[in-house]
Amino acid sequence: MNITVRVWRQPHADAEGQMVSYEVPDVSEHMSFLEMLDVLNERLTMEGDDPIAFDHDCREGICGSCGVVINGVAHGPQQTTTCQLHMRSFADGAVIDIEPWRAEAFPVIKDLIVDRSAFDRIIQAGGFISAPTGTAPDAHAAPIPKNQADHAFDAATCIGCGACVAACPNGSAMLFTAAKITHLGMLPQGQPERDSRALGMVGQQDEEGFGGCTNIGECTAVCPKGIPLETISRLNRDLLGAMLHGSR
Amino acid sequence: MALKALMAVSGLIMIGYLLAHMYGNLKVFAGQASFDGYAEHLRTLGEPILPHAGLLWIIRVVLLAAVLGHAYSAFSLWSRAHKARGGSKRYQTSKSKLGVQRSYASFTLRWGGVVILLFVIFHLLHFTWNTIHPGGAADSPYVRVVNGFSVWWVVLAYTLAMVAVGFHLRHGMWSALTTLGANTSAIARHRLNLLAYAVAGVVTIGFLLPPYSILLGLVT
Ligand code: HEM
Ligand code: SF4
Ligand code: FES
Repeated sequence: MNITVRVWRQPHADAEGQMVSYEVPDVSEHMSFLEMLDVLNERLTMEGDDPIAFDHDCREGICGSCGVVINGVAHGPQQTTTCQLHMRSFADGAVIDIEPWRAEAFPVIKDLIVDRSAFDRIIQAGGFISAPTGTAPDAHAAPIPKNQADHAFDAATCIGCGACVAACPNGSAMLFTAAKITHLGMLPQGQPERDSRALGMVGQQDEEGFGGCTNIGECTAVCPKGIPLETISRLNRDLLGAMLHGSR
Repeated sequence: MALKALMAVSGLIMIGYLLAHMYGNLKVFAGQASFDGYAEHLRTLGEPILPHAGLLWIIRVVLLAAVLGHAYSAFSLWSRAHKARGGSKRYQTSKSKLGVQRSYASFTLRWGGVVILLFVIFHLLHFTWNTIHPGGAADSPYVRVVNGFSVWWVVLAYTLAMVAVGFHLRHGMWSALTTLGANTSAIARHRLNLLAYAVAGVVTIGFLLPPYSILLGLVT
């Protein structure tokens, strides 16, 4: 198939960016979206142009680094990561618009790469448990009901890609933060720091310049891991509880 | 952090008030004596524990606080969201402007809220402070209502405002309950959305019944 891509090109963080068109002939429909960009980049390099900078690592949908906005939708037309998206999802002759995540808290570093370290700081503000290390605890020391374990595990699958922020009309990071709060809050090990976790993580989220959630649901519709909207209500309950307890 | 909770609680207080207010309005169908009696009853409610019109004043103070709290949190969250998403021009592409799954009501929440605010001012000038009287002035609240709604543009203004309220409540009620932690499962989500549709529908239709009945000459 032959396609045209329009890509956001921005040489560095402080430069003005713009959309640039490239024809990409002879694309196999079995290529992944990133392989299509690899092919284009090889050609740009041969021609002495600057290749398009995009983030990627595992290319198997588990590291969360590859997100871009494709035709206005985070990660494109399939609800998966960009690396797991295939060219068969597009028609022959298609014109595909590719842009970086857009949010105040995710500044563009170059082309399609944004700085997502705001997410790391949210995790540092409470997305952990404090446990004394030493010998491994007995496997059955802390029994966990099956459905609680399932909820915790589902929430734990968040890969921190940031698609939720890129899709949110308010630029809110609630789905990401809520996934971690649900993951830890569902488990016995997460209980002692439940209040301080909610206050710390949501406080950091506000400080990073993410917007407030109005429960529109665009985040869950693009989340490659299908983190459900209920996690946000769980976060809200933990947050309201913590504010009522007046604890920190 | 607390702004969202303020927004939700003040919104729910106003929804409670709207339901009661709508029920009161439907008394026009019971005739002038009943409607004017109801307006008087509102003022004597709670006596002798409370002074004349005491409860009414309590409701007014609570409502005013709710409106101010709601508008304050709405505008600060609005400006924060605007900045957070990276301004008005976010993505260059002209595709997927309507989002992936979002409702129409979620688009109209903010400007719809402003429309409602303007309407509330018009409405207070009209029926509460009695400073403007389209259709003719009168002492009886019933006659004022009938006079007002005999004028086509008054009914049109009320229609636009109530449709805006309907959209606002469709998304607002669901959002408020979620913000307060009620969305606990896929089933709960389904129920909350149905509830929001129901309340939005009841409020919109309930408020529009009296004006249209009067305009069409069913109530005189
Ligand atoms: C009849 C009166 C009103 C009722 C019953 C009502 C109800 C609600 C509710 C329940 C919410 C959802 C809160 C949440 O997201 O947690 C909401 C949101 C909102 N309302 Fe109202 N509202 C009313 C009037 C207004 C007015 C006069 C404005 C004008 C400024 C307004 C602006 C907004 C905005 C902007 C939001 C979204 C705020 C956000 O970003 O979270 N509303 N409303
Ligand atoms: S919640 Fe989903 S969309 Fe958001 S960062 Fe995690 S995996 Fe990505
Ligand atoms: S490259 Fe790791 S998720 Fe796509």
